Amino acid sequence: MPAQYHHSLRFMPDKCHGCMSCMRVCPTAAVRVRKGRAMKLDDRCIDCGECIKVCEQGAIVPLTDQMADLSKFECAVAIPSAALYAQFDKDLLPGMLVAALQRCGFHDVEPLSPACDAVSVATEIFLSEYRGEYPVISSFCPTVVRLVQVKYPEFVAQLLPILAPREISARNAKMRISAATGLPANRVGAVYITPCPAKIVAILEHPGMTNSYLDAAVSITDLFQTLAMAVSSVREAEVEMDASETASGVSWAFLGGLPRSVPAENTLSVAGLPNVIRILDDVAKGKLRRYSFIECHACPEGCVSGCLTVENPYVARGKIVRLCQKLPAGPVVDRKEVERCYRERSFLMDEPFASRPLRPLDENISVAIAKMRKRDQLISELLGIDCGACGAPSCRAFAEDVILGEVERESCTFFWQHELANRVEDLVRLIQIQKPAKGG
Amino acid sequence: MDPPEELESIYLVAGRDFANAGRVSTAIMDALKRLGVDPELVRRVAIASYEAEMNIVMYALRGRMSLRINPSAVIIEAEDEGPGIEDIDLAMQEGYSTATPEIQEMGFGAGMGLPNIKKNADEFRITSEVAKGTRLFIRVNQGA
Repeated sequence: MPAQYHHSLRFMPDKCHGCMSCMRVCPTAAVRVRKGRAMKLDDRCIDCGECIKVCEQGAIVPLTDQMADLSKFECAVAIPSAALYAQFDKDLLPGMLVAALQRCGFHDVEPLSPACDAVSVATEIFLSEYRGEYPVISSFCPTVVRLVQVKYPEFVAQLLPILAPREISARNAKMRISAATGLPANRVGAVYITPCPAKIVAILEHPGMTNSYLDAAVSITDLFQTLAMAVSSVREAEVEMDASETASGVSWAFLGGLPRSVPAENTLSVAGLPNVIRILDDVAKGKLRRYSFIECHACPEGCVSGCLTVENPYVARGKIVRLCQKLPAGPVVDRKEVERCYRERSFLMDEPFASRPLRPLDENISVAIAKMRKRDQLISELLGIDCGACGAPSCRAFAEDVILGEVERESCTFFWQHELANRVEDLVRLIQIQKPAKGG
Repeated sequence: MDPPEELESIYLVAGRDFANAGRVSTAIMDALKRLGVDPELVRRVAIASYEAEMNIVMYALRGRMSLRINPSAVIIEAEDEGPGIEDIDLAMQEGYSTATPEIQEMGFGAGMGLPNIKKNADEFRITSEVAKGTRLFIRVNQGA
């Protein structure tokens, strides 16, 4: 049995109407509807949040931290995802957001841009010295990391082993606050303001790291109302203009962030899970070896379209682009300093990415082969229209569930009708044989 | 009838059908993963089967690929109806290609296909008859 994986989504059976919307959009076929309620297959779920976006009943809940949970930290420092700038009606400058977050109860705020800019340079150095298999695949989106671990374990070693900007920011914030206040770093809570639930999983499981520098993640949706009020009370003139955010850093919130600042040749950017899966299928076949780096985002436009955001992703993207025009272009970074830190390995992950292949049809390959033969036989007997009425997203998934003994094949409406038709035919024949001859 | 511990699947490949090229290799990869085949072996089979599939798409009229999986090996045989290969030794050299400029324009035909298959296979055989077609035998051992 696989180890228990952390997940950031909880399915609430009481609220579920069994409408199957989540089952149909799940890109890894991780949802089944059994007895009228949706349930999740944990080893297949990659926490992408597509199910949350389509559930109209609120029956899927992200397990993010709540503001009240943060009182346990002596100092809570907010690390806002750049997507946060795009959530409000008024054009928000970095200083205004800092002031608003402080009014919401955060003791301190650490901008993300310096870390994004430093990570760009670190990635550039890494790629220039890399001698392994190509392409290297970005590891900043935790859903993409999980997808590779689960579906493409053969190339986990191609994931970029550089810490994500949110991790670098958390580390910087802890060092800065600790130096300024004398508070031990372990009493400073680094809180990511997150556009998606996958970041929670990344904090709990810290793939590629012994530990995460982040301590909690609060969702943009949960914080939105309080923050919107705080934002409306901040006047532009009140806040100091600071140059802590840069256009190059903030634009990581949408597709193309890293390749815009890394001058490496042959990079690709891909967003949206179905597209990411198509690209990774091609990587698996060795088709994309001439690309050095692929930036992958699970959400269709990058982080601005995370499932825990409020604003329409295209409007949000427009706002970020507008904000970028007001910020220093960037990257604002001391390349020599970054290179020195890189040589001290402070940008590199300290563990290899683990592979987590899906549980096969059977641990014993002979038995697995026998089961696959049965599965393929059953698939050939099914209609193949993927109607979903059985509670599985496709006839193929249904056939596997039957072979694994999780459901009866009679759960397929058409199979059952077919059987009934045969019985009725038998019955009619029987009646005709037994029909008594007419007397007279 | 297959022996009980062997799975055999047949796939048809249409020549020049670039829109669907690669689907057979994806199906082969999926099957190996559901059977719990070692990831490194999946990687080698994926590369070899994709190159074999692309050779049919690029050069032949049509072809068929068979996949056989048993506890000791994964075996792929590809046979096509097409122009065949005049000089197999030459075709096996890295960088040698008879691809037309239009195929190279699409990013294929760099002359690495056959050498790549050989590199990833434990056993590789190729036979060809000019103006008739080509047959490939690719075996990758399990647990090697």
